[in-house]
Amino acid sequence: MTKLQGQVAIVTGASRGIGEAIALELAAQGAKIVVNYSGSTEKAQQVVSTIQANGGEAIAVQASVSQTDAVDALVKQTIEAFGRVDILVNNAGITRDNLMMRMKEDEWDDVIDTNLKGVFLCTKAVTRTMMKQRYGRIINISSIVGVSGNAGQANYVAAKAGVIGLTKTTAKELASRNILVNAIAPGFITTEMTDALPEDVKNAMLAQIPLAKLGQPMHIAKAVAFLASEDASYITGQTLHIDGGLVM
Amino acid sequence: MSTVIERVTRVIVDRLGVEESEVTPEASFREDLGADSLDVVELVMELEDEFDMEISDEDAEKISTVGHAISYIESKQ
Repeated sequence: MTKLQGQVAIVTGASRGIGEAIALELAAQGAKIVVNYSGSTEKAQQVVSTIQANGGEAIAVQASVSQTDAVDALVKQTIEAFGRVDILVNNAGITRDNLMMRMKEDEWDDVIDTNLKGVFLCTKAVTRTMMKQRYGRIINISSIVGVSGNAGQANYVAAKAGVIGLTKTTAKELASRNILVNAIAPGFITTEMTDALPEDVKNAMLAQIPLAKLGQPMHIAKAVAFLASEDASYITGQTLHIDGGLVM
Repeated sequence: MSTVIERVTRVIVDRLGVEESEVTPEASFREDLGADSLDVVELVMELEDEFDMEISDEDAEKISTVGHAISYIESKQ
């Protein structure tokens, strides 16, 4: 299966978790991958090594997605290495959970900066190249809590809901240039981020999931590969829930 | 070597698919040459490439006619 042969993909926050799975899956489909990371140099390099060991092409590029200069440099390095950008996966995200009443301003700002402003900056930075190419696929990783709300995550939920609105607006602005923009809203996926949750919270979540099990990063990665492929060429502005039926 | 006017005209004709005779200094990209807002953004990008220069977003917003584009580029050369 090499549906993305020769295409170039930037995956933000790709050193671990869902981002890592997305990078590996897009590489397996034939895409050249820019593994963006913020702090985990070694882990990002491991993802690159894995892709190369499987016969693919990849580079690791450090950039904080909330910084304009860093994001512009990320895109510049991508063009220098691979000549174009076909796919952008806005995956980088953080959590700073707290009850609304107790949430500090910097907890709010950090999450909005990375999870929402980061999507805006990365999208803006690739748009010029994609407009000239008359081709582009932007896939934003939102969250099911951006649709449903979630106690203790006012900042994260606001950012993830914002990403869905940004997805729809960008899709409308860029459709005429053959740039398709969609969002994925993952449910409860097994990653370091969800491992950090208390056991009783996890069990309570599980009881709400019709498919009665947690999702795996690969469930998200497969959907990203689909949205990036020719098979999805009539889909734009949509948010795909991948959550075992949690929110319908 | 083509003049600035000739080069700007060629970029506009290519990008907007209009007749060369329509590309007068007074012509407004949006009102006379059928460009939408995204077309104007793309046109500015093409002019940046053609003249190997950077046009800031603030300056780009002021370029609404063929004459504006020509005088802006001439002022920067």
